[in-house]
Parts: sequence; C-alpha cells; structure tokens
Amino acid sequence: MSRKKLERQLNLAICLMATTRHLSVDEIADLVDGYTRDGTPDGETAFRRMFERDKADLRELGIPVETGGVTGWDDEIGYRIERSDYALPDLHLTAAEAAALGLAARLWSSAALAEPSASAMRKLRAAGIDPLPPPSGLEPRVEATEAAFEPCLAAVREGRELGFGYRRPGQAKAASRRVHPWGVVSWRGRWYLVGHDLDRGQSRVFRLSRMDAGVRSTGPSGAVTVPPGINLRAAVEESEPGEPAVEAVVRLRPGSALALRHGAVPGPEPDTIVLTDRDLGRIADRVVEYGADAAPVDSPELAAELRRRLLGALAAHDSASDEASAP
Amino acid sequence: VTGAADRLPRLLALVPYLRTHPGAELAEVAAVFGVDARQLNDDLNLLWVCGLPGGGPGDLIDFAFEGDTVSVVEAQTLDRPLRLTADEALALRVAARALADVPGLAERDALESAQAKLAFAGGALPDSTAAAPPIQVALEPEAEALATVREALDERRRLDLRYLVPSRDEVTERTVDPMRLVSVEGRWYLEGWCHVAEAVRLFRLDRMVDASLGAAAGELPSEAVPRDLAEGLFRPRAEDLTVVLELEPAARWVADYYPVEQAIELGSADGEAGPGALRVELRTPDPAWVVRLALRLGGHGRVVAPPSVKAAVRERASAALAALGD
Repeated sequence: MSRKKLERQLNLAICLMATTRHLSVDEIADLVDGYTRDGTPDGETAFRRMFERDKADLRELGIPVETGGVTGWDDEIGYRIERSDYALPDLHLTAAEAAALGLAARLWSSAALAEPSASAMRKLRAAGIDPLPPPSGLEPRVEATEAAFEPCLAAVREGRELGFGYRRPGQAKAASRRVHPWGVVSWRGRWYLVGHDLDRGQSRVFRLSRMDAGVRSTGPSGAVTVPPGINLRAAVEESEPGEPAVEAVVRLRPGSALALRHGAVPGPEPDTIVLTDRDLGRIADRVVEYGADAAPVDSPELAAELRRRLLGALAAHDSASDEASAP
Repeated sequence: VTGAADRLPRLLALVPYLRTHPGAELAEVAAVFGVDARQLNDDLNLLWVCGLPGGGPGDLIDFAFEGDTVSVVEAQTLDRPLRLTADEALALRVAARALADVPGLAERDALESAQAKLAFAGGALPDSTAAAPPIQVALEPEAEALATVREALDERRRLDLRYLVPSRDEVTERTVDPMRLVSVEGRWYLEGWCHVAEAVRLFRLDRMVDASLGAAAGELPSEAVPRDLAEGLFRPRAEDLTVVLELEPAARWVADYYPVEQAIELGSADGEAGPGALRVELRTPDPAWVVRLALRLGGHGRVVAPPSVKAAVRERASAALAALGD
C-alpha cells in the first residue's frame, strides 16, 4: 500500500469519525486531503473508483462506515463513522483475566490464528490493558502444520463449499470429495474437518493430514448452513474408535509391558490385566508389540488375532531379501 | 506484521497505544508492535501529517518526543483502538476456551470469564459472538500429573518422578528441576533439568507413573536452556540409526504419527510393495522401538534396512509365536 493511499485512508477515517452528520461524496472529496477532482468525466470516474475502494478497505478492517441520508437532500447518500461503534468498548477485564488472555494469545503457532491473536492483543494494549507476562513455565501451543489447515479454516469462515482429494486409511488412492464445511477441530493434536459430504449425503469427519494438496473453496460465500446445536468435537470423537465393547485378559511376564500396565485394570491374578477396546483386533494391536512378554488368557480369538499379525510380520521380514536391500 | 496490508491497522492502534502509555520508550513500542525502530519512525512520521480536514496546526495528529520516549499530544479522533475483527475475537476466544477446559490450570476461572467478556469486543459482526465457534481445540491431558507439575513450577520445587520409557519397557526414577510446562501436538510435556541425565529433558505427562513434590529446586545450571520446539519435538542426533520402512496403505498412518525424513510414493513396479505404498526413512536412537512397531504393523509395513533390525523383528515374532503354542 503506498504512503499516499495510507495517508488518504487515515484522513478519510478521521474525517468520517469527526463528523456528526452524514457527509456526501462531494463534501468528502472537498474535505479529505488526498482526493483530487479535475472536473473531467475521466477524473470523476477515477475519483469515484478510488473512494469506493478506500471505503471497502476500511470496512474490510472492521471499521463501521455507515450510510445514511444527507440533510437537505432526499436522494443523496452520505457516510460517517459512529465513534462508539468504531471503538473497542471497555471490557472491564481484571488483571487476572488480562493475564489469561495474554497466555491464550500465545497458543497459536499457525499464522492464520497467531496473527489475529497478536493484533487483538495490540488493540487491548492500546486500550490500556497490559497483560502481565504469562505465568512462568506455562507454554501451551497448538500447531497446525497441515497444508490443508488454512484453506479449510478460510472455507469454514466464509461458509463456502470445499473440494479436496482424500485418502482413507488403508486405501491406495485418494478419492475426490465435495463438502459443506461446518467447522475445524483439533483433537489429540490432530486437526479434523467436520461437514456435510455432498456426494454421500451425510455428515462426515475428515482428518486434514489425509487431504491432498488440492484443497480449494468453490462456489459462493455463505452457501453453507451449519446445523444449529452441532457439537463439532463430539462428531470428531465419535468418528474415532468407539466405546469399548470387548475385553480380554492378558498375562504379562513379571516386570515387563509396563506401558500396557500403566492405567490398565488389574486382572484376576498377579501379572494379568484386563484390556478393553472396540474390538479384539484393536486389543491385539496394543498387545502384539510385547511379543512373548504378553499372552492372552483363555481367549483363542485374541490368540488368533495375535498369530495373524506375527505371521504377517514374519513373512514381511523374511531373510531372503536381506542381501538385495543391503547397501 | 510488516506486510503493507497490516500497516493501516497498526497505525490505527499506535495512536491510542501512545495515549494510554505516555512517555513510552520507542524501543518498547517497536517491540509491542513487532516492527523495527526504522519502521516505527516511518509510521510516526506518516501519522504526523494526517488529521482533520483543513490540515492546519491543531488539526493534525501530534506527538511529543523526549529523549527516547514519545507521547501523543493530539490523537484527533484516534483516541480509542478499533473493535476486534471477527477473526481477532475468534482466535482469542477459541484459545481461551481451549485452555479453560484444561483441568489443573490455575487460570481456568480467569480464562472462562475473559472468554465471556470478549464476546462484547467483536463489534456488530454476528459470527463473532456465536455460541459455538467454528474452531474448537481439545487440549485436556489424560494425565493426572498436571496439577502436581504445575505446583512444582509455581513453588520452584523439585519433582520426583517415576517415568515410563515404553521403548525400553522400563520405569525409571528421575529427579527433575522443572523449567516449563509445554503442550505440543496435543500432548503435555514437562521440560526440566534431569539430575540423572544431567541434561535438559522433556517428559510426557501421560508417562508419569507417579509425580511427587520434592525439596526446593536449586539454581538451574547454565546449560539448562529451554529447547526451541518450533521445529518439532524430535531432534535427530548424529549417532541415531536410520531405518527404512515400506508402508502399505494400512500402515501409512506411521508417516502421520512419527517424524519421517523422506517419504517416497511407490508404484506397483517398485519391489514388493503393492499399490499405494510409501517408503519412508526415519531416525531413531532406539532400534527396539522399530521392532515393536514392525510387530504392530503385522506385515502391512516392513523394515527394509538395516538388516539387523529385520533380523530382530523375525526373532521377536518367532519367539512370540512359540509362546502362543505354535
């Protein structure tokens, strides 16, 4: 933005705030330093275009440029900025609340949220709210390294349809999806998009890291209607492994499988634990890495699941290919 | 922040900031606004020629400089900061909401009430005050140790930890002088000076089997410098082992969960892997961890190199099969 334009837009904002009545375009052209009209039709068009763009830029920043009738003229539109609408109201924050916001503002590491947080804090400081430095030693941070994060967030904010390629776990190829986005959720360190899948006609949850590079908004803003009362977070939690439905008792070699023991329910005998999960396959996924240190008790089904994984691992690591893959 | 598009909002905030901070040091103002001294000087010079129509003396914005400090003499209409934009209110509210939901944080009440007060800061834009923001962040740890760790930090006490090391299948005893509590990628960690390792270490809160407050913490040694976590938690070291894995579609999640250094999509013509397979390289100080991972992948992922790790996978799988009675 050129210096001249900045000066002109500042002068325009100050002029519209200083006036108590709506100013006509002619008055604005006369009053605000930076607008010139040479009386020619071309000059008039150029001035009009410049004024319209300046007005749009101010509104884009959140400055409430209001329109209204100009006194004495029936059909003339005028402009002003009501100062009480412009100004940040007094939030009556306590020192503890200001400090808490200072802490919250540092949560984001992604520019899409970190920059608005930082500019919000500058406005609060400009209002005289100076947060104390955050309590020593507390540094929560939320990353958003997924390339899809910013396009998804933008589509959610604008209420626009999203298109992207999506690779479901276990699928070789990405399939293209068209979604009306409702919101984005960070859960257990990962970002998800919740929305209405237009091709499947159902609500769906998508993990951002599984979207391809071609995430794009299509269609007009405001096309998406978010169902009232939608609980985004619950939608994400439900899309992930459900309620524990099965349990199995596992015997552990004394002094081993400590991570599996941590937080598990003790079993009927010493060195046994009870594991619960959605299905036996998921229990086997948790147990198999302990090898001979963990064995199922009275569960041939779990033993079969474990055997299947172990045989698979054995086949995938046969010694025949060692020669070829050694450098 | 130095982008041209951010300059007008900065100029609009600068005047009320100087009004509420008369006699502010120029260097501090520059730091608050994230600009250098030259840029700040340029901003002040620009503001100085702006003001009310007429542009005569008394119509323009005016500053007074004294030494290295600045005050605003005439703010014209810019005596208050602009309301928060919808994006600004949203970013702060979502962050405050996420932290307010974390049990064990002393700031919970203040976060909760500040979050509610922000609803009035966002102007007339309807979505800035919407009850359910379109972004939500779940930060709650599954760890019970958070409150104890927080107390140790606040009171500058030593922590006695029983700490789980799953890759070695061990619970180790640690004495740690806490430095900070961080959350990274959805997990909470304590960073502190570990008296066992005599080095700065990160401890996952959900791996603390037991955490108790110990004696008063001593002075931290000069080597106790917090790590820069911007590049992620995992920092490979020269002596780490490089492991090559081939991941079938059912095992591709590994590349999501662990820091991989190279990922190459494999076509059906590439070796044994089927379509949609990925070849990744990762570095680890701990081959035992890779062996465990390979068993977990049950043949959907395989260790390509080094051969010693492959052999260990075979041995461990055979031993486990034998234990199952095969």
